[in-house]
Amino acid sequence: MPVVYIRYFLLSAILILAQILVLNNIWLSGYFNPQLYVMAILILPLFLPGWVLLASAFFLGLIIDMFTDSLAIHAAATVFMAFCRPAVIRLVLGKTYDNETEIPSFAAFGGLSLVIYVVLMVFLHHTVLFFMEIFRLNEFGQTLGRIILNSALTSLFVIILFALLERNFRK
Amino acid sequence: MRNLLRFIIRYNFFFLFLLLETLAILLTVSNQYYHQTFFLHSANRISSGIYQTYNRIGSYFQLRTIHDHLLEENVKLISQRKENYIITDQDFFIAEDTLFQRRFSYMHASVINNSVNRRNNYLTLNKGRMHGIKPDMGVITATGVVGIVKQVSERFSVVMSLLHSDMMVSTKISHNNHIGSLIWEGRDYRKTHMMYIPPHVELMTGDTIVTSGFSTIFPENIFIGTINNWEIRRGENYYTAIIDLALDFNNLTHVYVVKNLLKEEQENLEEFALPDI
Repeated sequence: MPVVYIRYFLLSAILILAQILVLNNIWLSGYFNPQLYVMAILILPLFLPGWVLLASAFFLGLIIDMFTDSLAIHAAATVFMAFCRPAVIRLVLGKTYDNETEIPSFAAFGGLSLVIYVVLMVFLHHTVLFFMEIFRLNEFGQTLGRIILNSALTSLFVIILFALLERNFRK
Repeated sequence: MRNLLRFIIRYNFFFLFLLLETLAILLTVSNQYYHQTFFLHSANRISSGIYQTYNRIGSYFQLRTIHDHLLEENVKLISQRKENYIITDQDFFIAEDTLFQRRFSYMHASVINNSVNRRNNYLTLNKGRMHGIKPDMGVITATGVVGIVKQVSERFSVVMSLLHSDMMVSTKISHNNHIGSLIWEGRDYRKTHMMYIPPHVELMTGDTIVTSGFSTIFPENIFIGTINNWEIRRGENYYTAIIDLALDFNNLTHVYVVKNLLKEEQENLEEFALPDI
Protein backbone atom coordinates (compact mmCIF):
# COMPACT_ATOMS: atom_id res chain seq x y z
CA MET A 1 0.00 0.00 0.00
CA PRO A 2 2.69 2.59 0.90
CA VAL A 3 4.21 2.10 -2.57
CA VAL A 4 1.04 3.54 -4.07
CA TYR A 5 1.25 6.59 -1.82
CA ILE A 6 4.87 7.23 -2.80
CA ARG A 7 3.77 6.97 -6.42
CA TYR A 8 1.04 9.56 -5.81
CA PHE A 9 3.46 11.85 -4.05
CA LEU A 10 5.98 11.62 -6.90
CA LEU A 11 3.29 12.18 -9.50
CA SER A 12 2.07 15.30 -7.66
CA ALA A 13 5.61 16.69 -7.35
CA ILE A 14 6.29 16.12 -11.06
CA LEU A 15 2.95 17.70 -12.00
CA ILE A 16 3.62 20.78 -9.86
CA LEU A 17 7.11 21.25 -11.30
CA ALA A 18 5.84 20.70 -14.85
CA GLN A 19 3.07 23.23 -14.24
CA ILE A 20 5.20 26.05 -12.84
CA LEU A 21 8.35 25.60 -14.91
CA VAL A 22 7.00 24.46 -18.28
CA LEU A 23 3.25 24.80 -18.72
CA ASN A 24 2.96 28.27 -17.20
CA ASN A 25 5.32 29.47 -19.93
CA ILE A 26 3.16 27.96 -22.65
CA TRP A 27 0.24 29.82 -24.06
CA LEU A 28 -1.21 29.07 -27.43
CA SER A 29 -2.45 32.15 -29.32
CA GLY A 30 -2.52 34.52 -26.40
CA TYR A 31 -4.35 33.09 -23.45
CA PHE A 32 -4.55 29.32 -23.41
CA ASN A 33 -2.73 28.07 -20.37
CA PRO A 34 -3.26 24.35 -19.64
CA GLN A 35 -3.67 23.65 -15.90
CA LEU A 36 -2.41 20.09 -16.00
CA TYR A 37 -1.77 19.95 -12.24
CA VAL A 38 -5.49 19.23 -11.56
CA MET A 39 -4.60 15.70 -12.69
CA ALA A 40 -3.14 15.11 -9.20
CA ILE A 41 -6.67 15.39 -7.75
CA LEU A 42 -8.49 13.66 -10.60
CA ILE A 43 -6.45 10.46 -10.27
CA LEU A 44 -6.83 10.03 -6.47
CA PRO A 45 -8.53 6.73 -5.51
CA LEU A 46 -12.28 6.72 -4.91
CA PHE A 47 -12.09 5.09 -1.46
CA LEU A 48 -10.09 8.03 -0.06
CA PRO A 49 -11.82 9.71 2.92
CA GLY A 50 -13.42 13.05 2.11
CA TRP A 51 -11.25 15.15 4.38
CA VAL A 52 -8.04 13.79 2.82
CA LEU A 53 -9.37 14.68 -0.61
CA LEU A 54 -10.26 18.25 0.42
CA ALA A 55 -7.04 18.83 2.36
CA SER A 56 -4.80 17.59 -0.44
CA ALA A 57 -6.72 19.72 -2.93
CA PHE A 58 -6.27 22.79 -0.72
CA PHE A 59 -2.53 22.32 -0.31
CA LEU A 60 -2.01 21.51 -3.98
CA GLY A 61 -3.78 24.73 -4.94
CA LEU A 62 -1.87 26.73 -2.35
CA ILE A 63 1.49 25.48 -3.67
CA ILE A 64 0.57 26.50 -7.21
CA ASP A 65 -0.58 29.89 -5.87
CA MET A 66 2.73 30.38 -4.11
CA PHE A 67 4.54 30.09 -7.42
CA THR A 68 2.20 32.14 -9.59
CA ASP A 69 1.53 35.11 -7.26
CA SER A 70 -2.17 34.49 -7.57
CA LEU A 71 -3.12 34.90 -3.87
CA ALA A 72 -5.30 31.84 -3.18
CA ILE A 73 -7.41 31.50 -6.31
CA HIS A 74 -6.00 28.12 -7.34
CA ALA A 75 -6.66 26.81 -3.82
CA ALA A 76 -10.29 27.98 -4.01
CA ALA A 77 -10.70 26.33 -7.42
CA THR A 78 -9.16 22.97 -6.47
CA VAL A 79 -11.12 22.78 -3.19
CA PHE A 80 -14.35 23.44 -5.06
CA MET A 81 -13.44 20.79 -7.63
CA ALA A 82 -12.63 18.25 -4.91
CA PHE A 83 -15.93 19.02 -3.19
CA CYS A 84 -17.83 18.31 -6.40
CA ARG A 85 -15.94 15.08 -7.14
CA PRO A 86 -18.21 12.57 -5.31
CA ALA A 87 -21.29 14.05 -7.01
CA VAL A 88 -19.62 14.01 -10.44
CA ILE A 89 -18.54 10.38 -9.98
CA ARG A 90 -22.06 9.39 -8.92
CA LEU A 91 -23.37 11.17 -12.02
CA VAL A 92 -20.89 9.53 -14.37
CA LEU A 93 -20.89 5.98 -13.01
CA GLY A 94 -24.55 5.78 -12.03
CA LYS A 95 -25.89 5.50 -8.48
CA THR A 96 -24.38 2.13 -7.69
CA TYR A 97 -20.69 2.02 -8.36
CA ASP A 98 -18.75 -0.80 -6.80
CA ASN A 99 -15.49 -0.34 -4.98
CA GLU A 100 -13.56 -2.31 -7.56
CA THR A 101 -13.23 0.80 -9.67
CA GLU A 102 -11.00 2.30 -7.05
CA ILE A 103 -8.65 4.44 -9.13
CA PRO A 104 -9.98 6.52 -12.00
CA SER A 105 -8.61 5.10 -15.27
CA PHE A 106 -9.80 4.08 -18.72
CA ALA A 107 -10.00 0.45 -17.66
CA ALA A 108 -11.99 1.12 -14.50
CA PHE A 109 -14.38 3.80 -15.80
CA GLY A 110 -14.69 3.00 -19.47
CA GLY A 111 -13.57 5.48 -22.11
CA LEU A 112 -16.63 7.71 -22.41
CA SER A 113 -17.27 7.93 -18.66
CA LEU A 114 -13.68 8.94 -17.98
CA VAL A 115 -13.79 11.67 -20.63
CA ILE A 116 -17.06 13.07 -19.19
CA TYR A 117 -15.60 12.90 -15.66
CA VAL A 118 -12.46 14.81 -16.70
CA VAL A 119 -14.28 17.45 -18.76
CA LEU A 120 -16.85 18.15 -16.02
CA MET A 121 -14.25 18.39 -13.26
CA VAL A 122 -11.91 20.60 -15.29
CA PHE A 123 -14.80 22.87 -16.25
CA LEU A 124 -15.83 23.29 -12.58
CA HIS A 125 -12.22 24.06 -11.65
CA HIS A 126 -11.73 26.61 -14.43
CA THR A 127 -15.04 28.34 -13.73
CA VAL A 128 -14.01 29.13 -10.16
CA LEU A 129 -10.42 29.90 -11.19
CA PHE A 130 -11.17 32.47 -13.86
CA PHE A 131 -13.97 34.22 -11.99
CA MET A 132 -11.79 34.45 -8.89
CA GLU A 133 -8.99 35.80 -11.05
CA ILE A 134 -10.87 38.80 -12.41
CA PHE A 135 -13.12 39.06 -9.34
CA ARG A 136 -15.86 40.92 -11.14
CA LEU A 137 -18.67 40.10 -13.53
CA ASN A 138 -18.47 42.89 -16.08
CA GLU A 139 -16.19 41.00 -18.46
CA PHE A 140 -18.54 38.03 -18.36
CA GLY A 141 -18.52 37.06 -22.04
CA GLN A 142 -14.75 37.20 -22.35
CA THR A 143 -14.26 35.21 -19.15
CA LEU A 144 -16.74 32.55 -20.26
CA GLY A 145 -14.83 32.21 -23.51
CA ARG A 146 -11.56 31.78 -21.61
CA ILE A 147 -13.16 29.17 -19.35
CA ILE A 148 -14.54 27.06 -22.21
CA LEU A 149 -11.43 27.18 -24.41
CA ASN A 150 -9.02 26.58 -21.53
CA SER A 151 -11.18 23.73 -20.18
CA ALA A 152 -11.05 22.03 -23.56
CA LEU A 153 -7.28 22.34 -23.72
CA THR A 154 -6.66 21.21 -20.13
CA SER A 155 -9.07 18.27 -20.56
CA LEU A 156 -7.18 17.17 -23.65
CA PHE A 157 -3.86 17.25 -21.77
CA VAL A 158 -5.33 15.40 -18.77
CA ILE A 159 -6.93 12.68 -20.92
CA ILE A 160 -3.65 12.12 -22.78
CA LEU A 161 -1.88 11.82 -19.42
CA PHE A 162 -4.51 9.35 -18.19
CA ALA A 163 -3.82 7.24 -21.28
CA LEU A 164 -0.07 7.38 -20.66
CA LEU A 165 -0.40 6.45 -16.97
CA GLU A 166 -2.91 3.71 -17.67
CA ARG A 167 -0.60 0.85 -16.85
CA ASN A 168 1.23 2.33 -13.85
CA PHE A 169 -1.77 3.10 -11.70
CA ARG A 170 -3.78 -0.01 -12.40
CA LYS A 171 -4.03 -2.37 -9.47
CA MET B 1 -24.57 20.25 21.84
CA ARG B 2 -23.97 16.57 21.19
CA ASN B 3 -26.49 16.63 18.43
CA LEU B 4 -24.75 19.57 16.86
CA LEU B 5 -21.39 17.78 17.06
CA ARG B 6 -22.90 14.66 15.57
CA PHE B 7 -24.40 16.78 12.81
CA ILE B 8 -21.04 18.36 12.03
CA ILE B 9 -19.24 15.01 12.07
CA ARG B 10 -21.89 13.45 9.86
CA TYR B 11 -21.55 16.16 7.26
CA ASN B 12 -17.82 16.76 7.84
CA PHE B 13 -17.14 16.71 4.09
CA PHE B 14 -19.42 19.69 3.56
CA PHE B 15 -18.20 21.64 6.58
CA LEU B 16 -14.55 21.08 5.76
CA PHE B 17 -15.28 22.28 2.23
CA LEU B 18 -16.94 25.44 3.60
CA LEU B 19 -13.99 26.05 5.92
CA LEU B 20 -11.27 25.64 3.28
CA GLU B 21 -13.15 27.56 0.58
CA THR B 22 -13.80 30.46 2.98
CA LEU B 23 -10.13 30.44 3.94
CA ALA B 24 -9.05 30.57 0.29
CA ILE B 25 -11.45 33.41 -0.52
CA LEU B 26 -10.40 35.34 2.59
CA LEU B 27 -6.74 34.99 1.63
CA THR B 28 -7.53 36.26 -1.85
CA VAL B 29 -9.73 39.18 -0.84
CA SER B 30 -7.72 40.43 2.14
CA ASN B 31 -4.40 40.33 0.30
CA GLN B 32 -5.63 42.28 -2.68
CA TYR B 33 -5.41 45.45 -0.67
CA TYR B 34 -2.44 44.97 1.63
CA HIS B 35 1.25 44.57 1.18
CA GLN B 36 1.70 42.10 3.99
CA THR B 37 1.11 38.75 2.34
CA PHE B 38 2.62 36.28 4.73
CA PHE B 39 3.85 33.61 2.36
CA LEU B 40 1.63 33.55 -0.71
CA HIS B 41 3.96 35.18 -3.15
CA SER B 42 6.85 34.10 -5.32
CA ALA B 43 9.33 36.16 -3.27
CA ASN B 44 9.33 33.55 -0.51
CA ARG B 45 12.34 31.34 0.00
CA ILE B 46 11.26 28.07 -1.60
CA SER B 47 9.60 29.35 -4.73
CA SER B 48 12.12 32.08 -5.46
CA GLY B 49 14.94 29.54 -5.02
CA ILE B 50 13.40 27.23 -7.58
CA TYR B 51 12.71 30.08 -9.97
CA GLN B 52 16.26 31.40 -9.65
CA THR B 53 17.81 28.03 -10.48
CA TYR B 54 15.48 27.70 -13.44
CA ASN B 55 16.28 31.22 -14.55
CA ARG B 56 20.03 30.60 -14.33
CA ILE B 57 19.63 27.77 -16.84
CA GLY B 58 17.07 29.52 -19.03
CA SER B 59 19.00 32.79 -19.30
CA TYR B 60 21.76 31.12 -21.35
CA PHE B 61 19.36 30.73 -24.23
CA GLN B 62 18.67 34.46 -24.35
CA LEU B 63 22.26 35.68 -24.20
CA ARG B 64 22.38 36.61 -27.87
CA THR B 65 19.28 38.82 -27.76
CA ILE B 66 20.41 40.46 -24.54
CA HIS B 67 23.78 41.09 -26.11
CA ASP B 68 22.14 42.79 -29.09
CA HIS B 69 19.99 44.96 -26.81
CA LEU B 70 23.04 45.98 -24.79
CA LEU B 71 24.92 46.92 -27.95
CA GLU B 72 22.03 49.10 -29.08
CA GLU B 73 21.87 50.78 -25.71
CA ASN B 74 25.64 51.31 -25.69
CA VAL B 75 25.51 52.99 -29.08
CA LYS B 76 22.81 55.28 -27.76
CA LEU B 77 24.85 56.14 -24.67
CA ILE B 78 28.13 56.61 -26.54
CA SER B 79 26.44 59.03 -28.92
CA GLN B 80 25.50 61.19 -25.93
CA ARG B 81 29.08 61.54 -24.70
CA LYS B 82 30.61 64.95 -24.28
CA GLU B 83 33.35 64.24 -26.82
CA ASN B 84 30.76 64.05 -29.56
CA TYR B 85 29.83 67.67 -29.14
CA ILE B 86 31.76 70.86 -29.87
CA ILE B 87 31.14 74.01 -27.93
CA THR B 88 29.69 76.69 -30.18
CA ASP B 89 29.47 79.28 -27.44
CA GLN B 90 32.83 81.12 -27.32
CA ASP B 91 32.05 83.17 -24.20
CA PHE B 92 33.13 82.23 -20.72
CA PHE B 93 30.58 80.35 -18.76
CA ILE B 94 30.36 78.86 -15.29
CA ALA B 95 29.12 75.37 -14.58
CA GLU B 96 27.03 75.85 -11.47
CA ASP B 97 26.66 72.46 -9.83
CA THR B 98 24.02 73.40 -7.32
CA LEU B 99 21.66 74.25 -10.15
CA PHE B 100 21.08 70.57 -10.67
CA GLN B 101 19.87 68.25 -8.01
CA ARG B 102 19.45 64.59 -8.75
CA ARG B 103 15.82 63.50 -8.52
CA PHE B 104 15.85 59.91 -9.77
CA SER B 105 18.45 57.22 -9.39
CA TYR B 106 18.36 53.80 -11.00
CA MET B 107 19.32 50.26 -10.12
CA HIS B 108 19.67 47.25 -12.36
CA ALA B 109 17.77 44.00 -11.65
CA SER B 110 16.96 40.89 -13.63
CA VAL B 111 13.57 39.28 -14.00
CA ILE B 112 13.39 35.75 -12.60
CA ASN B 113 9.66 35.17 -13.07
CA ASN B 114 7.19 36.79 -15.42
CA SER B 115 3.75 36.26 -16.92
CA VAL B 116 1.72 38.00 -19.62
CA ASN B 117 -1.26 35.73 -20.22
CA ARG B 118 -3.22 36.20 -16.99
CA ARG B 119 -5.66 38.98 -16.30
CA ASN B 120 -3.44 40.21 -13.46
CA ASN B 121 0.25 39.76 -14.14
CA TYR B 122 3.25 40.03 -11.81
CA LEU B 123 7.03 39.84 -12.18
CA THR B 124 9.64 38.71 -9.67
CA LEU B 125 13.01 40.49 -9.55
CA ASN B 126 16.25 39.19 -8.06
CA LYS B 127 16.81 42.24 -5.84
CA GLY B 128 15.08 43.07 -2.60
CA ARG B 129 15.14 45.00 0.64
CA MET B 130 18.83 44.20 1.07
CA HIS B 131 19.59 46.12 -2.11
CA GLY B 132 17.43 49.10 -1.15
CA ILE B 133 14.24 48.28 -3.00
CA LYS B 134 11.02 49.42 -1.34
CA PRO B 135 7.34 49.03 -2.23
CA ASP B 136 5.93 51.63 -4.66
CA MET B 137 9.14 52.17 -6.59
CA GLY B 138 8.80 52.28 -10.37
CA VAL B 139 10.28 49.68 -12.73
CA ILE B 140 11.26 50.58 -16.30
CA THR B 141 13.45 49.36 -19.16
CA ALA B 142 15.20 51.16 -21.98
CA THR B 143 12.03 50.82 -24.07
CA GLY B 144 9.23 51.49 -21.63
CA VAL B 145 7.41 51.28 -18.31
CA VAL B 146 7.24 47.83 -16.69
CA GLY B 147 5.35 48.27 -13.43
CA ILE B 148 5.44 49.17 -9.75
CA VAL B 149 7.13 47.24 -6.93
CA LYS B 150 4.45 45.71 -4.76
CA GLN B 151 6.19 43.51 -2.18
CA VAL B 152 9.79 43.03 -1.15
CA SER B 153 11.52 40.29 0.76
CA GLU B 154 15.17 40.25 1.83
CA ARG B 155 16.57 39.36 -1.61
CA PHE B 156 13.59 39.42 -3.99
CA SER B 157 10.76 41.69 -4.96
CA VAL B 158 7.41 41.25 -6.67
CA VAL B 159 6.37 43.84 -9.26
CA MET B 160 2.80 44.56 -10.29
CA SER B 161 3.06 44.60 -14.07
CA LEU B 162 1.55 47.21 -16.39
CA LEU B 163 -0.63 44.26 -17.44
CA HIS B 164 -2.72 44.28 -14.23
CA SER B 165 -6.30 45.37 -13.70
CA ASP B 166 -5.42 47.61 -10.72
CA MET B 167 -2.59 49.38 -12.54
CA MET B 168 -3.12 52.95 -13.72
CA VAL B 169 -0.29 55.09 -15.08
CA SER B 170 -0.56 58.80 -15.75
CA THR B 171 0.53 59.42 -19.34
CA LYS B 172 0.57 62.21 -21.87
CA ILE B 173 0.65 62.61 -25.62
CA SER B 174 4.18 63.73 -26.32
CA HIS B 175 3.64 66.53 -28.83
CA ASN B 176 0.76 68.41 -27.20
CA ASN B 177 1.11 67.38 -23.52
CA HIS B 178 -2.52 66.31 -23.07
CA ILE B 179 -2.78 63.79 -20.24
CA GLY B 180 -4.74 60.55 -19.86
CA SER B 181 -4.68 57.33 -17.86
CA LEU B 182 -3.17 54.11 -19.11
CA ILE B 183 -5.29 51.06 -18.24
CA TRP B 184 -4.88 47.48 -19.48
CA GLU B 185 -8.17 45.77 -20.35
CA GLY B 186 -6.83 42.27 -20.83
CA ARG B 187 -6.63 40.05 -23.92
CA ASP B 188 -3.55 41.26 -25.80
CA TYR B 189 -0.29 41.96 -23.99
CA ARG B 190 1.00 44.08 -26.89
CA LYS B 191 -1.87 46.58 -26.59
CA THR B 192 -3.23 48.81 -23.84
CA HIS B 193 -5.74 51.65 -23.55
CA MET B 194 -5.29 55.33 -22.80
CA MET B 195 -8.47 56.72 -21.28
CA TYR B 196 -10.00 60.12 -20.54
CA ILE B 197 -8.52 62.13 -23.41
CA PRO B 198 -10.82 65.14 -23.94
CA PRO B 199 -12.60 65.05 -27.33
CA HIS B 200 -11.23 68.37 -28.57
CA VAL B 201 -7.71 66.92 -28.71
CA GLU B 202 -6.63 65.99 -32.22
CA LEU B 203 -5.22 62.49 -32.29
CA MET B 204 -3.06 60.97 -35.01
CA THR B 205 -2.11 57.39 -35.65
CA GLY B 206 1.48 57.01 -34.52
CA ASP B 207 1.38 59.77 -31.86
CA THR B 208 3.94 59.04 -29.16
CA ILE B 209 2.70 58.30 -25.62
CA VAL B 210 5.08 58.99 -22.71
CA THR B 211 4.76 59.13 -18.91
CA SER B 212 3.48 62.45 -17.57
CA GLY B 213 5.75 62.62 -14.54
CA PHE B 214 2.84 63.68 -12.34
CA SER B 215 3.12 60.71 -10.04
CA THR B 216 6.07 60.31 -7.70
CA ILE B 217 6.84 56.91 -9.19
CA PHE B 218 8.03 57.40 -12.78
CA PRO B 219 10.19 60.17 -14.24
CA GLU B 220 8.76 62.26 -17.04
CA ASN B 221 8.98 61.35 -20.74
CA ILE B 222 9.52 57.62 -20.52
CA PHE B 223 8.39 56.17 -23.81
CA ILE B 224 5.40 53.83 -23.59
CA GLY B 225 4.05 53.32 -27.10
CA THR B 226 2.23 54.80 -30.06
CA ILE B 227 -1.45 55.42 -30.79
CA ASN B 228 -2.97 52.76 -33.03
CA ASN B 229 -6.65 53.72 -33.05
CA TRP B 230 -9.22 55.64 -30.97
CA GLU B 231 -12.94 55.87 -30.31
CA ILE B 232 -15.55 57.53 -28.11
CA ARG B 233 -17.25 54.70 -26.25
CA ARG B 234 -20.99 54.62 -25.80
CA GLY B 235 -22.00 56.69 -22.76
CA GLU B 236 -18.62 58.39 -22.39
CA ASN B 237 -17.47 61.87 -23.23
CA TYR B 238 -13.82 61.04 -23.69
CA TYR B 239 -11.62 59.45 -26.29
CA THR B 240 -10.24 56.02 -25.50
CA ALA B 241 -7.09 55.39 -27.54
CA ILE B 242 -5.64 51.97 -28.26
CA ILE B 243 -1.88 52.05 -27.69
CA ASP B 244 0.70 49.70 -29.23
CA LEU B 245 3.14 49.01 -26.41
CA ALA B 246 6.77 49.51 -27.41
CA LEU B 247 7.95 47.08 -24.75
CA ASP B 248 7.46 43.37 -25.39
CA PHE B 249 6.61 41.98 -21.94
CA ASN B 250 7.09 38.47 -23.19
CA ASN B 251 10.89 38.55 -23.44
CA LEU B 252 11.63 40.84 -20.51
CA THR B 253 14.95 39.95 -18.87
CA HIS B 254 16.63 43.04 -17.47
CA VAL B 255 14.93 46.04 -15.88
CA TYR B 256 15.82 49.20 -13.98
CA VAL B 257 14.25 50.07 -10.65
CA VAL B 258 13.63 53.79 -10.22
CA LYS B 259 14.18 55.47 -6.91
CA ASN B 260 12.68 58.91 -6.43
CA LEU B 261 14.95 60.79 -4.04
CA LEU B 262 12.48 63.63 -3.51
CA LYS B 263 9.42 61.45 -3.13
CA GLU B 264 8.88 62.05 0.59
CA GLU B 265 9.15 65.78 0.26
CA GLN B 266 6.59 65.89 -2.55
CA GLU B 267 4.19 63.54 -0.81
CA ASN B 268 4.42 65.34 2.50
CA LEU B 269 3.67 68.63 0.85
CA GLU B 270 0.76 67.22 -1.12
CA GLU B 271 -0.65 65.54 1.94
CA PHE B 272 -0.41 68.79 3.86
CA ALA B 273 -1.89 70.92 1.08
CA LEU B 274 -4.60 68.50 -0.05
CA PRO B 275 -5.84 66.91 3.18
CA ASP B 276 -9.02 65.51 1.64
CA ILE B 277 -7.34 63.19 -0.82
